[in-house]
Amino acid sequence: MNAPLSPVELIKSASRRLRGTLVESLADPVTGAIAEADTQLIKFHGSYQQDDRDLREERRVAKLEPAYSFMIRTRLPGGVVAPQQWLQLDAIATSYANSTLRLTTRQAFQFHGVIKRELKATLHAINASLIDTIAACGDVNRNVLVSANPLLSRAHAAVYAHAQTLSEHLLPATRAYYEIWLDEEKVAGSGEEIEPVYGSTYLPRKFKIAFAVPPTNDVDVFANDLGFIAVIGNGELVGFNVSAGGGLGMTHGEPNTYPRLADVLGFVTPDQLIAVTDAVVTTQRDFGNRAERKRARLKYTIDERGPAWFKSEVERRMGFAFAPARAFRFDHNGDRFGYTQGEDGRVHLTLRIEAGRIADRPGAPHLKGLREIAKVHRGEFRLTPNQNLIIANIAPTARAQIDALVKAHGLDGYARATPVRLHALACVALPTCPLAMAEAERYLPQLLGKIEARLERHGLRDAPISLRISGCPNGCSRPYLGEIALVGKAPGRYNLMLGADAHGQRLNVLYRENIDESEILDALDPLFARYAAERDGSEGFGDFLVRAAIVSIKPTTAQAEKSA
Amino acid sequence: MSAEPIHALIPLPEDKAGLLTRLIDGLDTSALNWLSGYTAGLAAAHAFAPAREAAPLVAVETTPSQPLTIVFGSQTGNAKRVAEALARDAENAGLAVRLLRADAYPLRELKNERLLYIVISTQGEGDPPDDARGFVEFLASKRAPQLDELKFAVLGLGDSSYTKFCAIGTQLDARLAELGATRLFARGEADVDIDTVAKPWHARALGAARETLRAPTPLATVTPLRPVRTAPAWTREKPFAAEVLANQRLTTRDSAKDIRHIELSLRDSGLSYEPGDALGVWASNPPALVDAILGALKLDGQTAVAHESQTLPLRDWLLDRREITRLAKPFVIAHALRAGHDDLDALVASPVALPRWLRERQPIDLLHAFPAAWNAQDFVAALRPLTPRLYSIASSLKHVEDEAHLTVARVAYHAFGRAHVGSASEFLSSRVVETRAPIFIEANERFRLPQDSARDVIMIGPGTGVAPFRGFVQERAATAAPGRNWLFFGNPHFSSDFLYQIEWQQALKRGQLQRLDLAFSRDQAHKIYVQQRIRQSGRELYAWLENGAHLYVCGDATQMAKDVHAALRDVVAEHGGKSVENAEIYLADLVAQRRYARDVY
Repeated sequence: MNAPLSPVELIKSASRRLRGTLVESLADPVTGAIAEADTQLIKFHGSYQQDDRDLREERRVAKLEPAYSFMIRTRLPGGVVAPQQWLQLDAIATSYANSTLRLTTRQAFQFHGVIKRELKATLHAINASLIDTIAACGDVNRNVLVSANPLLSRAHAAVYAHAQTLSEHLLPATRAYYEIWLDEEKVAGSGEEIEPVYGSTYLPRKFKIAFAVPPTNDVDVFANDLGFIAVIGNGELVGFNVSAGGGLGMTHGEPNTYPRLADVLGFVTPDQLIAVTDAVVTTQRDFGNRAERKRARLKYTIDERGPAWFKSEVERRMGFAFAPARAFRFDHNGDRFGYTQGEDGRVHLTLRIEAGRIADRPGAPHLKGLREIAKVHRGEFRLTPNQNLIIANIAPTARAQIDALVKAHGLDGYARATPVRLHALACVALPTCPLAMAEAERYLPQLLGKIEARLERHGLRDAPISLRISGCPNGCSRPYLGEIALVGKAPGRYNLMLGADAHGQRLNVLYRENIDESEILDALDPLFARYAAERDGSEGFGDFLVRAAIVSIKPTTAQAEKSA
Repeated sequence: MSAEPIHALIPLPEDKAGLLTRLIDGLDTSALNWLSGYTAGLAAAHAFAPAREAAPLVAVETTPSQPLTIVFGSQTGNAKRVAEALARDAENAGLAVRLLRADAYPLRELKNERLLYIVISTQGEGDPPDDARGFVEFLASKRAPQLDELKFAVLGLGDSSYTKFCAIGTQLDARLAELGATRLFARGEADVDIDTVAKPWHARALGAARETLRAPTPLATVTPLRPVRTAPAWTREKPFAAEVLANQRLTTRDSAKDIRHIELSLRDSGLSYEPGDALGVWASNPPALVDAILGALKLDGQTAVAHESQTLPLRDWLLDRREITRLAKPFVIAHALRAGHDDLDALVASPVALPRWLRERQPIDLLHAFPAAWNAQDFVAALRPLTPRLYSIASSLKHVEDEAHLTVARVAYHAFGRAHVGSASEFLSSRVVETRAPIFIEANERFRLPQDSARDVIMIGPGTGVAPFRGFVQERAATAAPGRNWLFFGNPHFSSDFLYQIEWQQALKRGQLQRLDLAFSRDQAHKIYVQQRIRQSGRELYAWLENGAHLYVCGDATQMAKDVHAALRDVVAEHGGKSVENAEIYLADLVAQRRYARDVY
């Protein structure tokens, strides 16, 4: 690889292990932004610089800089928080952020609207709740996902513990975070810390790990760089099927970028988890494309050099070979709403949070409601990978009270929403995301209303169709795994993608390009009509489209493995 | 080394040349170098002496006892304008006149004056204008000479909404009489509508001067060194209708303030200005306010009213020719007579309550609080004439070519149960692009960039006080001035009130601004103002001053100017190791060197 390194690589290598000029940037009172290079580095600290795009133009003519603010994302393996932590995060949302909590598709909290001069105080406050934001963004391992609502409680607990261990194992060794935000004293080696796994310039790109506990694939394990599919025997965790090379982002108009589902490599036992992880991560570290960030994800490394090469390199680094993969089956990649009960008898309530945004709105004071629930709840909260929230481990004595609070604050939408509304995902997009080409979260309610109306017309009100909308092709709402997906291309215009399954094992394909809402509805309407008339029993919408050859999809490795 | 005696080569008066040769005798190299630098510095400071104003209109060889001397003390240029007009007319009448700004008046010559006119304004609560401090202090002091042979008259300018109306004029008038001088006629006290009193005083002064200087001297026919100045095409009396090119709100929608950036075209006007000058605007009053007043008085706006040889509909008087957003004491008194209300009578009699009322309320408030009947004629006569409003120009011609930019804070607030707006700020804020505004240039010679562009410049301009400094920085950038620039700015909120933020960021990036210190008062629990930033940077600020920097303050007169001056004084005291008194002297000295200028309003 003789191509020159991408500018971000140079920024990383000059950064003294991710310090850059962040301290100086924070102290500059003339702008609410940080220095250009620091905007790359602050990602590793769990934050993105953003601005309110709705205000950009009017501020420009007023000779004002953009309304800069910072998004902060928590590191929260498996998305579990205690009620006391919830209350602290809620307080941070109202004092420093824009009075909302955003649940992400990676089981993390996001704060939006934090201004630069309050950034340090906000990070202090988050860390005071015993949560950090390290490596929530940037060229490192991101938040580790764990299936949120399995029926198998004991195994799940074991998986969750492994996820935490892995997340900590993959934390950067640099003390930069602690020095800059938490006033830790500089110690010897500050600025030159050894990064045993990442090396001095970290990874070529983001790295995503997920743990799935079958039959639930809520984490969309095959969309991750590294996946662990739990194998349970007699209620105990036996080991994991390992998958690698998944990743969804692409760039419009660049055919050498594409979403890819991971390949299953084989089986490992729990004690081999760190070894396989290090092997995969360091392979990507050493072979990933550092010249062209658009081609830097592990999926491209594997496709360029070949899956066989990749597997053997990983095995070489592990020092052992993968055992053959064990059989597994996923039945759904959505959430199960309402009350569920684990094998241990504990009760969980999964609430539907539209687009993951917890806010107080007229008639729906969700932020307040969850604050009240957190004050009385003795279990924990779990964020799902589908932007929803589980009030987990509800004590029998608290159930009635919590249920009353849920109803009183309009949090009981789960009980009435149509399936398409329940399962819909939307990324944040406007007004804060600098990459958004079209609306997503803000548009979802209107879009769903229109879709529901069309479905209603065809007697499909209860059809469990998964619909996902992203403001741009990066695909943060995993649109390429949606039975119906809208991928933003320009204001008010989307690519319409169809035909994924409902298990997260088949990608969809482009159906119509660059169309607006009325064209989208006009395109879907006849398909709904045919689906209503021709579906085979409980056949899913995406499966129907493939069977009826309305869309044609070539099978992927993940799909081929399904039948093992 | 020349063989000639050194002092024969020295271009100094004989006695000084002798002193000099004795001084330099025996000095070593470093002392000689120091001496040259010291005198060079003095020369540079003198380059600022108002040589233009000090230059007499006639050759100075006139015998000191004969000419009329007109001395003025002016902060915003009004007193200067009046004095200049009198000087011009006296000159045209064939009189020997010299016109001097108070800080250029040679005090030792006072005892030789025979005819002296003083035109002087009063600032705020009884302060002299900056340029007259020395003059006023000298007269008040024991060093002031007996003036038995002096004839004089004083015209004071002031604002009757302050208790100490025209205090300085009154003080000087009394003191001169006390020193034995003869008062030719009663002192004039001009209110904000200056010409009402200034014009009659001017006529009296001219007449009295002609009479007093009636016996011509042999030198009375000396040709003036400068020809009679021809008036420029567009003036205060004949304003230019400038097209509005832009009217852009600078503060965000959620700001408590509405501050506008207004761009006006000076194309084909022949007008030009220097950074530091002001733009005078003859605004029309808000039509809605006019209608509200007509409604409150139940008067018909179409009623023809003849006043001072003009006949216009009442509505037009109120729109364009009468002050209806500011209360004046004479009007309140006239209204009280008609209202016959005990509370209002008590208010008028109160030396504490009345000034506050005048400051806080508008005529509409008075009309509603204490209804009274007015007829159109009397109403027009009782109201003060509308005066133009001055705005510091926020641009440099070298950067914007034939334009003048303004930074205008729209006055709009709710009080006493109704909405209130200002006059000119409302007029300008509502100017749509391509409409026109009647304007003129009001030079402000006391607020100029250093002639030596290598001098550093320190600018303190919170709120709309930042306006002239935008012009300063543009000018210094356009002329590639090597001196450094330092700006202190403040306003309530960073995100909504940071006037011209992008331009300052660019200036910093391009090295056109070296330091920008900011104080956003409401962005944190405790208020932070520019004076705190001044104190925090005291060491470097003092170093800049010691290095010859020029210091400028622009903005609110009531509180900010005092607080800033105190902060500067404290900085000089602390970092110059001086007592507070000596720090004040240091700053006064800067004023005298024309290195500390204030444009406060």
